[in-house]
Amino acid sequence: MKACPDCNSPAPGRGGGGPPAPRAVAIVGPPNSGKSTLFNRLTGLRQKVANYPGVTVEQHVGRVRLAQGHEILLIDLPGLYSLTPRSEDEQVARDILTGEMQDGPRPEAVLLVLDSTHLARHLTLAAPILALGLPCLVVLNMADELLSRGGAVDAEALSRELGAPVALISAAQGEGLEAVRDFLRRWGTAPALTGLPVLYDVPRCRAWATRVGQRASYQAPRPSAWTRRLDAVFLHPRWGVVIFGLVVVAVFQAIFSWARPLTDAVQWAIGASGARIGALLPDSVLRSLVVEGVWSGVGSVLVFLPQILLLFAFLGILEDSGYLARAALIADRTMARVGLQGKSFIPLLSAHACAAPAILATRTIENRRDRIATILIAPLMTCTARLPVYTLVIAAFLPERPLLGPLVGTRAAAILGLYLLGFVAAFATARLLKSSILRSDPTPFVLEMPPYRRPTFRSLALRLLDRSKVFLRRAGTVILAVALVMWLLAHLPLAEGRQPPLEHSFLGQLGRLVEPVVRPLGFNWAIGVGLVSSLAAREAIVGTLGTIHASDPQARALGLQEALRKDLTPSGAVALLVFFALAMPCLTTVGVVARETRSWKWPLLQFAYLSALAYGGAFLANRLAGLLG
Amino acid sequence: MQLDVINGPRHPETLLELPDGQRGVLDRLELPAAEARRLMELGFLPGSVVVAARSAPGSGPRVFRVDGAEIALRRATAARLILRSPSAHPAESPA
Repeated sequence: MKACPDCNSPAPGRGGGGPPAPRAVAIVGPPNSGKSTLFNRLTGLRQKVANYPGVTVEQHVGRVRLAQGHEILLIDLPGLYSLTPRSEDEQVARDILTGEMQDGPRPEAVLLVLDSTHLARHLTLAAPILALGLPCLVVLNMADELLSRGGAVDAEALSRELGAPVALISAAQGEGLEAVRDFLRRWGTAPALTGLPVLYDVPRCRAWATRVGQRASYQAPRPSAWTRRLDAVFLHPRWGVVIFGLVVVAVFQAIFSWARPLTDAVQWAIGASGARIGALLPDSVLRSLVVEGVWSGVGSVLVFLPQILLLFAFLGILEDSGYLARAALIADRTMARVGLQGKSFIPLLSAHACAAPAILATRTIENRRDRIATILIAPLMTCTARLPVYTLVIAAFLPERPLLGPLVGTRAAAILGLYLLGFVAAFATARLLKSSILRSDPTPFVLEMPPYRRPTFRSLALRLLDRSKVFLRRAGTVILAVALVMWLLAHLPLAEGRQPPLEHSFLGQLGRLVEPVVRPLGFNWAIGVGLVSSLAAREAIVGTLGTIHASDPQARALGLQEALRKDLTPSGAVALLVFFALAMPCLTTVGVVARETRSWKWPLLQFAYLSALAYGGAFLANRLAGLLG
Repeated sequence: MQLDVINGPRHPETLLELPDGQRGVLDRLELPAAEARRLMELGFLPGSVVVAARSAPGSGPRVFRVDGAEIALRRATAARLILRSPSAHPAESPA
């Protein structure tokens, strides 16, 4: 074990100039100990996702406001079982704690959060954390659950044993937080290090934890009856699989149909406000820029916020309730067939929302080769950014007819088919990778089943707020920039001081450049330009087509769907859908993959592979659809 | 299988063989050091009592109750966790 108290340099002094930066405190604890719940309790809305430069970390950092204007920077670290790192996640937490992480805020004190219903086992982590030599408050969380299930602990005796203050709290109920705030206001000295076990010897650490627990009169609670009862259903040999299937279907059903009214409402609001602004502005270049460039570009993307939030709400409920761990367990067998493991299931499920957070979620996969394989196939899952494209193209070309009763129509079936195409391509790719360049021994799948808990509205709301911020920032920056650039390209160079015919604009010229490449797929130049812009963000193609057609006086009269029928042959439409199902989602994903794999090799390989797959698939689809008429 | 008939009911030798609902005492982990370490951190220490809680559908992982927690292991891993023979040692608490 490298971390010894002596090697830790003293906390870096803060620079003389400028206001003093708030002091940083880290929240540490085993997985499922309720760290994030405590973090959310303390920081509320004053939190953000922060990046440590140079490494893969994206940590939640928040500010806690204390009395007399004091502020503390709180860092929520990933769950740890020990300070011997096994996964990327744990490595990061360790480096931040030991001060090996450059440039980030270095914590000056630690909140060690332990689940009091698993105290004996969780206390094992106390040994290496206390050995860091930082002032530390031992937070025994879920105290209400401990008591209600007949457990007990003497906090004062435990404090004497550990040489550190101890607080009994319930983060979910918000009980006992005053003690935590007191500690944050004024922490004492580092604990005196006596009687700590040899840190790398797990049995001794565990024996030490048991002894400490006994001296603190720790009485383990009865097992949660509810968790056993629910597991009898959710992990039932037959019903477990059926419920798993129903949950997955419900998630997709939510994005397709339940989000519809919300999506319609946003669409109406954007259309109405665009018309209102258009009426206010004089007929000028400015109006064209605002209405055609900004409003049709950004607006066509904003429409998808409800779908994305609904998907994240579902994932949040599944995760907070504890079901996701069971789902990973049930999925393990299927994942094992393509050489992956159950833990890959969670990132792949969240990749249906967006590939970028899914790639971050792969950090819990301990085997590096499994992790890279999961990262490489994650973009083949149909992210929500593709839905705008699917919806638009399908609505333009496929008449809605009932297919399987009144519930599933032709359009829903087409979208489901595209999801399936993504799955099949992903699993075939995983198989290919795991039997060639990423071959590895079968990884041990080890996963703790957390007890079931009722998701709180509070934590769900915070999650959704977080996601909305990310999405709106994207719409306000990347998508807005693409829309503006497209508008400019469509209006320049001026012909006799006026907007040129679209074919002569820079955009038209770019289109002619791309056209020979995309012609074999059945696309015209406008679609080609859209494809180029979709590198910035998948859904940008919709905005781009919106801008192109809004700039074309002939097409403006038609709706976007009508206009699209001029751009694409029916077989070209099929090809476009296949292309989007298989292509790399966006440059953001390339960046995230580069950061997470710490190399350019994997993202470039991935980009080349997916582009070739998409082009080949679209080419075939165009030919086949052409033959079938 | 023939031997079982002759010697009477065989005691489970590994976690994999432990039937659902039954308990055994872990003797050793025949795994690479890093994997064994991770499992020990989760509570699979030599001498600890492990209860087979339930099996995932099909031939998926199995869930074991150890040290107050429920942990899922793949069957291949469970086969490497060797149990003490019941006659040699009575059940004892961890460490």
